[in-house]
Amino acid sequence: MIEVENLSKRYFTTRALKNVSLRIEQGRVVGILGENGSGKSTLFKILAGVSRPSSGQVRIYDEPVGIQTRAFTSYLPEINPFYPWMQVDEQLEFLSQFYPDWNPAKVDELLLLMGLNPTAKIGELSRGQQARLKVVAAFAWPSRLVLMDEPLGGIDPPSRRRIVGALFDQYRIGEQTVLISTHLVGEVEEVIEEVIFLKDGEIALQGDADQLRQEKGMSLQDIFEEVAT
Amino acid sequence: MSFEFDPNRPIYLQIVEEVKKRAVRGQYSPGTQLPSVRDMARDMSVNPNTMSRAYMELERDGFIATRRGQGSFITEEQNRIEAERHGLADIARDRFVDAIRELDLAAGQVNKLLRDIREAVDHD
Repeated sequence: MIEVENLSKRYFTTRALKNVSLRIEQGRVVGILGENGSGKSTLFKILAGVSRPSSGQVRIYDEPVGIQTRAFTSYLPEINPFYPWMQVDEQLEFLSQFYPDWNPAKVDELLLLMGLNPTAKIGELSRGQQARLKVVAAFAWPSRLVLMDEPLGGIDPPSRRRIVGALFDQYRIGEQTVLISTHLVGEVEEVIEEVIFLKDGEIALQGDADQLRQEKGMSLQDIFEEVAT
Repeated sequence: MSFEFDPNRPIYLQIVEEVKKRAVRGQYSPGTQLPSVRDMARDMSVNPNTMSRAYMELERDGFIATRRGQGSFITEEQNRIEAERHGLADIARDRFVDAIRELDLAAGQVNKLLRDIREAVDHD
């Protein structure tokens, strides 16, 4: 379970997150939905342990964010984290050093599923292919928490479909908790079961996706336009 | 088999309706074993957790039975499936009636629509 209490983050004069509190049960696939600048990436960085909160509490599976939580968290930042001069297989080999449970057989399966050539140079991959490579890195080992920050932004629709398909295929039911941030709500309607709408660093609305549809008779996309834009 | 969802309605309920429709159409005969939650989720392109919720709803409804270690099976009772055919028809009728009411048609136009429907359905 992820528990966040009164979390705030300030960068100089900007308040990126304002008193955010939330609870996410283990095994859920949750959408963090908001426009650019709503605080999604800041929240992910704090959960991933790469940025410190200004105030507030965060616990992941009963641990404060730190070395222990980083060891079971797979974080895919929005920026491209790869080295352009490396080949796909070299990059994955490099990453494998950081994860004791890295699974080379799983990597081969994922490369095939994502349609990536292991000997291609990263610098020559399209944005969509680089986004797919992030998915390979994320599911190459059995993490307990996957944080995908804007995995679908700025990439071609076939790559989006591949990424969403991989999620359904690779997601370990009941064990893995997956958080996906995006402003492309229509792309994740069938993917996410819980939603947290962020606006200006605050939670505008949160709940069960199907229950919100039932109550409002609207799609998540329409609810998003109503509450978070 | 890909399946188009209406994003304005709860997805797990649409899966429940789809499974019932498949049984009503004879695509799943009584007692048929359903695909696993994971396979069905992949086929319909939905989150496996949503699929699992749909299976739970179908089970609570008595439309499928889950036997531990064996999987989920469509009810063996033909009556139950027949009842569902009528239930689904009622839902379709209500949606149609709501849509037509909004248009405030004259009686003649409604009669023509009904004739068109009968003709279209008979031709299938």
